[in-house]
Amino acid sequence: MNLEFSPEENAFRDEVRAFIAESYPAQLRGAQDEGEDLTKEDFLAWHKVLAAKGWVAPSWPKEWGGTNWTSTQKYIWGEELARADAIPVLPFGIAMVSPVIYTFGTPEQKAKFLPATYNGDIWWCQGYSEPGAGSDLASLKTKAERITGDDGKEYYLVNGQKTWTTLAQFADWIFCLVRTNPTAKIQEGISFLLIDMKTPGITVRPIITMDGGHEVNEVWLENVKVPVENRVFEENKGWTCAKFLLAHERSGIAGVARSKRGIERIRQMAQTELNDDGTALITDPSFKRKVAELEIDLTALEFTELRTLAGESQGKGPGPESSVLKIKGTEIQQRITELALEAAGHYGAPYFRGFPADGDNNHPIGPDFAHRTAPNYFNTRKTSIYGGSNEIQRNIIAKMVLGL
Amino acid sequence: MDFNFTEEQSMLRDTVASYLQDHYDFDKRRKIITSDAGWSPAIWKAFAEELGILGAPFSEELGGLGGGATENMIVMEEVGKALVVEPYLGTVVIGGGFMKHSGYADAASVIEGIVGGTTVIAFAYAEPQGRYTWSDLKTTAKKDGSGYVLNGHKAVVIGAPWATHLVVTARTGGGQRERDGVSVFLVDKNSKGIVTRDYPTVDGARASEVFFENVSVPADALIGAEGAGLPLVEKVIDEATAAVCAEAVGSLRKLHEGTLDYARQRKQFGQAIASFQVLQHRMVDMFINVEQAVSMTYMATIKIDEADAERSKAVSAAKVQIGKACKFVGQNAIQIHGGMGMTDELAIGHYFKRATMIEGLFGSVDHHLRRYETLSFGKAA
Repeated sequence: MNLEFSPEENAFRDEVRAFIAESYPAQLRGAQDEGEDLTKEDFLAWHKVLAAKGWVAPSWPKEWGGTNWTSTQKYIWGEELARADAIPVLPFGIAMVSPVIYTFGTPEQKAKFLPATYNGDIWWCQGYSEPGAGSDLASLKTKAERITGDDGKEYYLVNGQKTWTTLAQFADWIFCLVRTNPTAKIQEGISFLLIDMKTPGITVRPIITMDGGHEVNEVWLENVKVPVENRVFEENKGWTCAKFLLAHERSGIAGVARSKRGIERIRQMAQTELNDDGTALITDPSFKRKVAELEIDLTALEFTELRTLAGESQGKGPGPESSVLKIKGTEIQQRITELALEAAGHYGAPYFRGFPADGDNNHPIGPDFAHRTAPNYFNTRKTSIYGGSNEIQRNIIAKMVLGL
Repeated sequence: MDFNFTEEQSMLRDTVASYLQDHYDFDKRRKIITSDAGWSPAIWKAFAEELGILGAPFSEELGGLGGGATENMIVMEEVGKALVVEPYLGTVVIGGGFMKHSGYADAASVIEGIVGGTTVIAFAYAEPQGRYTWSDLKTTAKKDGSGYVLNGHKAVVIGAPWATHLVVTARTGGGQRERDGVSVFLVDKNSKGIVTRDYPTVDGARASEVFFENVSVPADALIGAEGAGLPLVEKVIDEATAAVCAEAVGSLRKLHEGTLDYARQRKQFGQAIASFQVLQHRMVDMFINVEQAVSMTYMATIKIDEADAERSKAVSAAKVQIGKACKFVGQNAIQIHGGMGMTDELAIGHYFKRATMIEGLFGSVDHHLRRYETLSFGKAA
């Protein structure tokens, strides 16, 4: 039991902090401050800086560019990124498909995809959910049939529809779960395919969410020819990859460092916003109480995560306990957005997306933070739905942890 | 004891409901709120001429239907079910409320304009610094000859872009937060010196920042007694809050019904998700929240003509219940809809957004709890 950082760890923190301060792209900072939707170039600008530094994928194996950081170093890294309001590296390539590729892929697949993903030359999106397969992912229907092409090579012919595909509008490749055996038990007929988004037959259609944003998409696949060598792991064993990937997705989902930053921001807002009695909102006992409860819940989550990390560093993989992190982490993220909206008062109501034209710097009225609070609140409802809804996470704990 | 509606009241509900069903479905509403104007003057005209509902709470001598707070409640619940953006609240409930309770000399002709659909009113009460303290006013009205000159900035004035008139709170005396010195004015929106910045709101309406720059108004713009307007403002805002509770009830019913429908038809793991007990209990809790919200709305509406303290206590109690219900029912409606609930395409998200805005409108849960505590236990020492 020890919480002290060693001198080396403190030196590491200083190094990381200085690096972010010097290298974070100014244009990206500007776009974030304006509350604009980030472009592909914005995302990649930061990704490429990190890749050049060798820090874009700390958790990868050393041979593919991992940093060999201890879990404490990774924790410090996450804290410093959040502290600087740096955008997170998108998870789809670095944290999701790449671990599948370096764990289950062929040497050719590793060589083709890992360096390009590391450098930001391949933007990945995730083809998991379907209109009829959300929480019940294994019931997915997109089918892939083996055919021999005119060139005499073996292909899968893929037909179906994926949905909620985050940032597919920017993607170069999609990793897809597809059904290769329609008669087997549902988990046993699934394969994991890597598909070039430029392949004929792929259509991406935007889904506009209630906050007005375009983050997610429908991806339609119509007679899409995928070379057989783009399958990862054995045919009909894709569910193994899927489960492996979902466990990875959950382990980063607590978002402790970012929530800490979020609470810090609430405290700042509540210093300048006034309460009913004309004093600072933060002096209002009911508001203060809610912030205090949030901080305490976050501390509990943080120490639960630290215990999980400590277990991982002793060789215990991220297990079903990570569902606890997902549930509590997302609930806290949601409560932060509720308090921010509350702090905004009347100025939570104005809505400026696309009105007047986006990019009009004159449009915010009221306190600077206010016009993003309602859209953020609406958008953050997704967190208890995605990555396995919080109801599903509770089922996992009931079954896998409690043995019910 | 009787919670039944009269035959006239039931007819009023049916008339409004069936009109909105035909003319204000989800797609028609979307066209209206995304149009340049952001509202439909044609719908407003129909409210006045075809349905006559803009006269619902006014006496028959004034051209109304002879109703009161209950009629406002009935109309507002339908407004909430159809997510109507047209300003019944600002014009009929609030504008009309000021006319009914103030002894305003020209009230009859203003009400005539409201009932006929030609006078559209927005209520400019909030200020950037004031949060939910209605007496916290930096806007001033200085005596100038027989009239007044207004200066100041009013925040997030809902419906102002559509309004012909504004009801404005301003200081004619006293310090920034004092109860004394608050006056209320009815101001023609075309008055020289009024500058507005118009914008949409997250729930599909339009609002403005309204700046008064040496706006001269005549003496008869004053509503009620000079410097003693706060009790009148509180009374009208209480009535408006009760009306908004009724609107919330309409939206909450839709959120709950929509969720039940979705859970019955959405299949996962080979069965309707409505068959999962964890979701059943959630939907039961949503149902209980909706029913309690209905009860509290009735309670507040029944007590709306009681003495000030009793009325305010009832309204604050109702708004606390409604605020909590908006959060619980709204959030769970989205959750049970899953990804579909997040989309702009389905109505459910639009009800959630309106319910969320109602949570804060005329005071948050914390504000009304505090107000209830003060009224019920006395001021803290």
